Amino acid sequence: MKVVLQDLTKIFPSRNKNGQEVVAVNKFSFEIPDGKLIGLLGPSGCGKSTTLYMICGLQQPSGGKIFFGEDDVTELSPENRGVGLVFQNYALYPHMTVKQNIMFPLENLKGDDRMTKTQMLERAYHVAKLVQIDDLMDRKPSELSGGQQQRVAIARALVKMPRVLLLDEPLSNLDARLRLQTREEIKRIQRETHITTVFVTHDQEEAMSISDMIVVMKLGVVQQIGKPQEVYDNPVNLFVAKFLGTPPINVFDGEVKGEKLYIGEQAVLDVKGAADQLVHVGIRPEGFIVDANGALECDLSNVEVMGRDVSIVSRHASSQNPVIRSIVDADNKLPEGATKVRFSLKPHKVFLFNKDSEERVYFEVK
Amino acid sequence: MVDKSQQWKAWIYLAPAIVLMLVFTVWPIFNTIMMAFKEGYNPMYELNPEFDGWTFGLQNFIDLFAHASAFTNALVNTLLLCVLTVPISTMLALLIAVALHSIKPLQKLLQTIFFLPYVTNSIAIGMVFSVMFNIVGDVGSPDANYGVINQIFGTMINWMNLGSTKVANYAVMVIYIVWNALPFKILVLLGGLQGVNKQYYDAAKVDGTSKTRVFWRITVPLVSPMIVYVLITGFIGGFKEYSSIVGIFGEDMGATGQQAHENMNTMVGVIYDALPSGQYGKASAAALVLFVIILIVTLINLKISKKSTHY
Repeated sequence: MKVVLQDLTKIFPSRNKNGQEVVAVNKFSFEIPDGKLIGLLGPSGCGKSTTLYMICGLQQPSGGKIFFGEDDVTELSPENRGVGLVFQNYALYPHMTVKQNIMFPLENLKGDDRMTKTQMLERAYHVAKLVQIDDLMDRKPSELSGGQQQRVAIARALVKMPRVLLLDEPLSNLDARLRLQTREEIKRIQRETHITTVFVTHDQEEAMSISDMIVVMKLGVVQQIGKPQEVYDNPVNLFVAKFLGTPPINVFDGEVKGEKLYIGEQAVLDVKGAADQLVHVGIRPEGFIVDANGALECDLSNVEVMGRDVSIVSRHASSQNPVIRSIVDADNKLPEGATKVRFSLKPHKVFLFNKDSEERVYFEVK
Repeated sequence: MVDKSQQWKAWIYLAPAIVLMLVFTVWPIFNTIMMAFKEGYNPMYELNPEFDGWTFGLQNFIDLFAHASAFTNALVNTLLLCVLTVPISTMLALLIAVALHSIKPLQKLLQTIFFLPYVTNSIAIGMVFSVMFNIVGDVGSPDANYGVINQIFGTMINWMNLGSTKVANYAVMVIYIVWNALPFKILVLLGGLQGVNKQYYDAAKVDGTSKTRVFWRITVPLVSPMIVYVLITGFIGGFKEYSSIVGIFGEDMGATGQQAHENMNTMVGVIYDALPSGQYGKASAAALVLFVIILIVTLINLKISKKSTHY
């Protein structure tokens, strides 16, 4: 089931009389392809959860339309949309066992959809097996670990075979180790069920790792939509470039003069096709090459060895980040007692953004 | 744990409370139990050692349960009122609390209105109620004033005057006690409802749960600890019902002309009645019976609620 969002807008009225109304989501248009896993990504307050709740039907949009396939569901209430929602803190009914929780949505079905007790049990065990909790069916939620509760919540959302599965910050309540495990799990479940899935997260790593496509949002406005790698390799503006990637991108003050990029006094890169202007220079940590003849000279702070890679921490007067973090191959040995390090740059890992508009300035990469 | 050698300090701090408890709670309870088993006891004897006229025995209890006694009547009254009013008022309070919880505008105002009976003196409320049900003039005559309630419903029911039936008396008492018991229960249950995470309701909504199912399967179980609390305190309060009867029927504890073994008196009423005539043994025995009943009912309540609440 593809999901089409058309100029989706949500405006919250101001709390006091003279206050500004808040535009939580501003003209969001996007066609979510059938059977894909989409990550809505952005810092808190960017409107990603509001978008999710509008798709779900718990919140009414102020403008725009939502289609599931060809059906206009904008005016439909949640139960008639055929969506499954997994809440951030799971919202498992604490007084029911896992089995009762999973069967609850089925017991609500009316008319022709009504199932017999055996059918319900069968279906419940089927999804429980899918999320691998079929041995926990008689426990109460309070007797489960966070990860198990998460699975129960997913099972409860899946049991009525929704057309669209929605996950609100699915991993935020799990510890780091479990998070890694669960995100693989979500990907696997999504692949096995082929249900179009939308999930919300503020953690870019989480979104990048499992999404087929990500939507980066800021203050209610969609910044960029694309495959994770594409968005990472080709950010349209400074916000997207800064938001994606760990360690974060290094940003310098720079200037384009005569198709050459200057950081400080040094011309560090040929930027054919870029007009003269002041720019933010974004360089991914992996965009640095340790090079004795490199154009960019930085003060060396320290070197962190991480096994396969080496993280070189250095400083530069034009850097907007307190320190520059570059990740290079461990083979790059720096001389003992060095205080300076020189880098040359990989052009496709360098992004220029206009100083004022923060929009991308493109140049030709040979 | 405080050092043993320093613990005397703790005892000193606790001493005022402990002494007061011993004098005004523990000793009277002990004394009541003793008195209940003293036949023909009168505290005046204590002043005159030569006039030692009591023996230990069960005569007080036997007197209480004698055929058609005021006490058995009061016992039945109390139990019936409890069984009728506590479930009704709890159910009503839950419905009102759910309704109050689901509306946004005027919620605070309505909450205050519903709470007003709680801060009003129950004798005063009882007097207003008795005026509403009272008939002024000859009962049965069309010229008499039949009171507000009869006026509203266009009936001529004799609720509480001379010759009124026991059923009518009960109806008045149940209406009054339920109305009086609502505010506290609404307050407690509303507090419980406000503590329930809204996401449970969102989850139920996404799953298309009907309103009645949400109420029985989600709301009631999630506020069940509050329901149990309200039930237990309701039963305990119900067994100690007294001032409401006085408020409606006055000191006679029943409609005019009713005998002591057929009026609306309650167990606490019997105890209070026995005191002025110096029947301390009988009053103590009645108090002991009341205590045992409350204890048993509360234990049963706790036992059942352990099974049906979910925390």
